[in-house]
Amino acid sequence: MLLDLADGYVEQNRSLDKRKNLLRGRTVINLFFENSTRTRTSFELAGKRLGADVINMQSAGSSVQKGETLIDTAMTLNAMHLDVLVVRHPDSGAVKLLSEKVNCAVINGGDGSHEHPTQALLDALTIRRSKGKLSGLTVAICGDVLHSRVARSNIYLLNAMGASVRLIGPRTLLPSGVDRMGVEVFHDMRRGLENVDVIMMLRIQNERMRGNFIPSIREYFHFFGLDYEKLGRAKPDAVIMHPGPMNRGVEIDSDVADDVERSLIRSQVEMGVAVRMACLDMLTRHLPITEGAA
Amino acid sequence: MAVRSSSGLVAYVNARLLDPATGLDAKGALLTNGETVADVGPGLFQGGVPSGIEVVDCQGHCLAPGLVDMRVQLREPGEEHKETLKSAGEAAVAGGVTSMVCLPNTTPVIDEVATVEFVARRARKIGLAKVYPYAAATKHLDGKELSEMGMLAEAGALAFTDGTRAIRNAQVMRRALGYAATFGLLIVQHPEEPSLAEGGMMSEGELATRMGLSGIPAAAEAIMLERDMRLVAITGGRYHAAHVSTAEGLDIIRKAKARGLPVTCDTAPPYFALNELAVGDYRTFAKLSPPLRSEADRQAVVAALKDGTIDAVASDHAPQDQDSKRVPFAAAEFGGVGLETLLPVTLELAHNGHLGLVEALKLITCAPAAILGLEGGRLRVGASADLVLFDPDFAWKVDAKAFRSKSKNSPFDDRPVQGVALRTVIDGRPVFLRDG
Repeated sequence: MLLDLADGYVEQNRSLDKRKNLLRGRTVINLFFENSTRTRTSFELAGKRLGADVINMQSAGSSVQKGETLIDTAMTLNAMHLDVLVVRHPDSGAVKLLSEKVNCAVINGGDGSHEHPTQALLDALTIRRSKGKLSGLTVAICGDVLHSRVARSNIYLLNAMGASVRLIGPRTLLPSGVDRMGVEVFHDMRRGLENVDVIMMLRIQNERMRGNFIPSIREYFHFFGLDYEKLGRAKPDAVIMHPGPMNRGVEIDSDVADDVERSLIRSQVEMGVAVRMACLDMLTRHLPITEGAA
Repeated sequence: MAVRSSSGLVAYVNARLLDPATGLDAKGALLTNGETVADVGPGLFQGGVPSGIEVVDCQGHCLAPGLVDMRVQLREPGEEHKETLKSAGEAAVAGGVTSMVCLPNTTPVIDEVATVEFVARRARKIGLAKVYPYAAATKHLDGKELSEMGMLAEAGALAFTDGTRAIRNAQVMRRALGYAATFGLLIVQHPEEPSLAEGGMMSEGELATRMGLSGIPAAAEAIMLERDMRLVAITGGRYHAAHVSTAEGLDIIRKAKARGLPVTCDTAPPYFALNELAVGDYRTFAKLSPPLRSEADRQAVVAALKDGTIDAVASDHAPQDQDSKRVPFAAAEFGGVGLETLLPVTLELAHNGHLGLVEALKLITCAPAAILGLEGGRLRVGASADLVLFDPDFAWKVDAKAFRSKSKNSPFDDRPVQGVALRTVIDGRPVFLRDG
């Protein structure tokens, strides 16, 4: 389904003519209330390669900064007759609120610590292309699960696809009740990485490092940073992923991040564009052809 | 008393062997080989000691594992005018203590790997009682940012505490318990709500009112313990309450244990041997933290020692020099020295019929060792030969002036007590021999 469709777009993106006119005449707006380079660019490319008109709106300098409420923003957008809205917002649930108020398709580009579904989809595609399957694999998600929307989306998706999920991190970075989300929890990274097929590292926000959650970067890297020594516990062909942007020397050793044999981090970015094309493609298939039919 | 030899073997014969870990209380002998215990038991050397083995005749006295004191303040580095690792080491072995665990409230604070290693290395060099450090639970003991517990534990820190300060902020305590649990580490709390204790000098109540001194309510302990029990329940972190002193506080611990929470606690000799009357006449040497409590609280502490709610007894050794104590009560520092009175005052529990001799000894040997994961505190073949030979009945009067400790601030000065260490052995080496 969506992943198969995305597979096709990977090939298209690798060919010389990357454009398709599937979405000609459609308008896609990337509405980003939070800074993002990778996700926004990825959605922008995906839309343009399908022939849509893509417009980026950042909250900085926009009417949102001037105090407009989220619902007023939705009303404004409705008046512009767009087809797809991609939203990134720092508050969990904000995307859902917006989606209830706009009459176009909405893609969650990441909301607070809630979800980042296209990241999970691109991760799934990356794993499937590397390992040939998702079912039966053991995937370790390591680090700051507490603040991570990527982790939550991946837990749902990987479980749905039949992979088994492990979470690794200090207790202060694993939210309560997470053990009831169909995962195995480890506090010792060496044990947690035992025989895993895939290692997903999560970004640690440096601003959260000092103080309460974790004593220091030095200590975090010592116990939870991915280096070759800890990587040795995983399967010999285990692959490494990271949603980016990476903090080298905090959650991941530079050599490991750059290991072409093991690291899929660059491939994740490539798959991101393809997966987002597939999302736009599938969503617009169900949109009314003529304005006002809805 | 001893016949020397060069074989490295020493036989302690004619002893009353006491091993609280196994409940052993029998006449017998013990053999050390170099640094470790080679054999022990009632039947050992019944046919006499083979030649070439040095013999120590215990003359029927008690041979037990060296005492493990889980809470001492050493003042080095930073306040060497009050106590040093050497003077505390001498006081310890004179009191039969072979292992002591020191609080991180030195200057600098023990919150860095380098300080942990400094204390351990200095103590090894001195070669008296073994010293194991607690490290700070929060950096600089200021209750805000977690210390590098994982790395500090790898460097040898046994557990984590802010020493004589409570971890005040509930969120910080929650994260400290959670973070420590990541590595299976223990958090030790001074259970006293600081906002209620602030400015207080003794236990709140009639006596404090009569003396015109501001009091610290017993509720200060209960409130902090109650809060912490809830945090333990949501984090699963291991928790130890130090020097619990009130009936209400002990009830909270008792209930938490019954619920299966990973909680332990200790008390110190003043809290079962003295009550608030000891501060009458404004005796600053009895100004302790937590303060000496009411007689009802003291009795509750004894009851909790009997029913197992209290797991261990620590000396709570807190040296203060004359200048810190010979001042008006309000200005005096808190704390009393305790290394040299830990054994006899704890033995009062046996002499007074509250506990058996082995049970009383357990509180200051294998019980604290088990809480902290130390291998000492028991007579085990292959383990370090850390031993104390003591006479449980010998009667004497505490004379603080004669203490090895650099500071003489004992709340037990002039107290008639029973029980004295005759010989203390660490890693097979005699480090203390009582004269006469």
